[in-house]
Amino acid sequence: MESPLAPYRVLDLTDEKGFLCGRILGDFGADVIKVEPPRGDPGRRVWPFYRDIADPKRSLYWFAYNANKRGITLNLESADGREIFRTLAKTADFVIESFAPGYMDGLGLGYGSLSQIKPGITMTSITPFGQDGPWRDYKGSDIVLWALSSYLYVTGDEDRPPVKPSFPQAYLHAGLEAATSTLVALHHRQLTGEGQWIDVSAQQALAVISLQNQQYWDLARFNPRRAGAFQHLSGVRWPLQRRLWQCRDGFVAFVLFSGRLGAEGNRALTGWMDREGLAPECMKRMDWAAFDPQGSDLTDEEHGQMMEALSAFFNRHTKAELYKMAVERRIVLYPCNTTEDIMNDPHLAARNAWTGVEHDELGAMLTYPRPCVRFSDASCEIRRRAPLLGEHNGEIYQGELGFSRDDLVVLKRNGVI
Amino acid sequence: MVSSKMRKALDDIKIADFTWYVAGPLCVRYLADCGARVIHVETARRLDGVRKLPPYKDNVPGVNRSGYFHNYNCNKLGVTLNLEHPKARELATRLVRWADIVAESFGPGVMDNLGLGYERVKQIKPDIIMISLSSKGQSGPHSALPAVGMHLAALSGFIEITGWPDRDPALLYGAYTDSIAGRFGAAALLAALDHRCRTGSGQHIDLSQYEAGLQFLVPPLLDYASSKRVLKRNGNRHSYAVPHGVYPCKGDDRWCAIAVFTDEEWAALCRAMDQPSWVDDARYATFLSRKSNEEELDRLVAQWTLKHTAEEVMARLQAAGVSAGLAATAEDLHRDPQLAARQHFQTLEHHEIGSQPTTAWAPGCPERRLSWTGRPPSWGRTTTMSSPGSSAFPMMSSPISPARASLTRREPEM
Repeated sequence: MESPLAPYRVLDLTDEKGFLCGRILGDFGADVIKVEPPRGDPGRRVWPFYRDIADPKRSLYWFAYNANKRGITLNLESADGREIFRTLAKTADFVIESFAPGYMDGLGLGYGSLSQIKPGITMTSITPFGQDGPWRDYKGSDIVLWALSSYLYVTGDEDRPPVKPSFPQAYLHAGLEAATSTLVALHHRQLTGEGQWIDVSAQQALAVISLQNQQYWDLARFNPRRAGAFQHLSGVRWPLQRRLWQCRDGFVAFVLFSGRLGAEGNRALTGWMDREGLAPECMKRMDWAAFDPQGSDLTDEEHGQMMEALSAFFNRHTKAELYKMAVERRIVLYPCNTTEDIMNDPHLAARNAWTGVEHDELGAMLTYPRPCVRFSDASCEIRRRAPLLGEHNGEIYQGELGFSRDDLVVLKRNGVI
Repeated sequence: MVSSKMRKALDDIKIADFTWYVAGPLCVRYLADCGARVIHVETARRLDGVRKLPPYKDNVPGVNRSGYFHNYNCNKLGVTLNLEHPKARELATRLVRWADIVAESFGPGVMDNLGLGYERVKQIKPDIIMISLSSKGQSGPHSALPAVGMHLAALSGFIEITGWPDRDPALLYGAYTDSIAGRFGAAALLAALDHRCRTGSGQHIDLSQYEAGLQFLVPPLLDYASSKRVLKRNGNRHSYAVPHGVYPCKGDDRWCAIAVFTDEEWAALCRAMDQPSWVDDARYATFLSRKSNEEELDRLVAQWTLKHTAEEVMARLQAAGVSAGLAATAEDLHRDPQLAARQHFQTLEHHEIGSQPTTAWAPGCPERRLSWTGRPPSWGRTTTMSSPGSSAFPMMSSPISPARASLTRREPEM
């Protein structure tokens, strides 16, 4: 099957701030050419590494977000390099870059110049704070962007500093936003022939995902605080709701629902707890169909009993036992998975959610998550591993641009490629 | 960048939106923000579930007062259609015939039972593009169990890696993976539209929120696959930055995040803290020495940050070339000069909850600084959509205006 974006070419100049954008366009079938400086993209040095050996040929971060791309080296800071880039731009539909604002313009490769070389071209720029505004030159990093999005403030234990996920996320949101808005621009071009300059701010891409706490401020002038395993709410009887529960080998996410779903699941859970002698009276006599988690059919004392009983019950079981029962009885409870749990999840196996990618250079086959988009009538797969440094120089410079082998030697020696 | 044209990129695209809760509606909202014309379908018997979830305006519950619904359904028209009613089938058929895209986010099989599964929809409109955005996909042994945001953040591995190594994991507030899946869904639909343009063929897209979340953890998954190492939560530590953390500032629960990657940044931090002698101090002069004295460094940095407001710390460090940012509350975002300069927030008028800020779901979209003035469809207002019985819905050919984004519950539901 054909890939949905098969006819298009992308020149990907990004570092780790923008890798995901090109990866997604590549998954959708575009011909993505990763253009790196001759010394290699800094992203090749990003942790973690294959079998824990720190080596630019073994960065798993690089592998993960540069699959489905070809790779060439090119020094944009040399005049020859810029000339070659202009030639390449004539063959491209999209250019993605994540340099500091103004850098591409300074090289004479800004959107204005590129759109003259190739009318209709789209340039997508990914930066921490965007191309303009008082902070455009500020330094962004995962933790700082997380802080400025408002997500950090509501996450963590109340007696310690706010905390973020222990794997960087900010530039993945930015990259996904960049891919999506680039495709909006493609649609616009199909209708009008016009290109665009897309300006993605990682801060904004992140700020829109931290919405529930922002809504609390906007609608009810309430700033939720971090509360560990609890969610801090306003306007309810018990403003701290436990959402994460310890079990025998980890944690599960669970909250007592009302409505149809709650009626079914809470009843099933109560029955199970009762069989183990752990269901308090208030749970056994509860009319779950009419249950209101914040309502008047519970006293404070009973609410406390219920929370204690749930805690005691979850503590007796493993994540896997609880999740198995949850699936069977429609109890809306989920395990807090580790990466190990995820790779052993039978549901993902049944969905064929993994794919082996041959790494000939390592003599190994590595297991990757398949792209998450499943098209019924088009292909969206990992077709090639991430490129080695300059792997496709020959293919592109000789094969496409008509340079001779001798030219390549000269360009290499002069630090152009 | 600012586009001078008033035409919106997607204003030729029409979407029949059967989604509810968070991921599905915001997938569609993304396209609506870029100009797609969207009809959001609800039924009075089972309202969009987020209408019944807090936060509400002034903490007073009400079907038109929920922040979630308000934010995820801007720029859409709303209709009620009881899909379990036999006559509704005909209306649904017309809606599908009108649309380029059908979006739904029910559990697997629900649309089939309503007579609107992909095979049926394809019969009605052969080149239709349909997206089924569900929690765990259309197949697999766990696909029938419903979930909301926090469950999927747990399942996809994000909660287990958030928090302190000596403590329980910390909850991710709200619906983390919904935003990932919603954007992937929008990207997938746009790719499918382009594919249809060239091939004439439509598509069914099966998107699992769980699998979308995993795309943001590919390196640690590869690490487990190749080294059997399980990623653990590690507070705010970073393997190649130090100091790296969130430091207390002057005031009640005020914090500033600071990240120092290089020796130059370390020297800049020392000067900003008026401690130039620390630059060459043997305990901190190199990355490795700083790393082995990380706890002490955290304490020293905190002693300095506590004397200043978070805003001062951020401004001073950024001026010195160090990555720093205050831990913004939602309230702070409205004072953020960068977001203001980028017109991140826009205020919408709503008949029941008054003037409310919202944010574009497509902040990278070329039109983001043009008007996207639609508001979410309200429940229980005067009708503008009486009987869409004739050849097409009359409002559908006209531009979306907020005044039309309304419907009534006084009419019998079809």
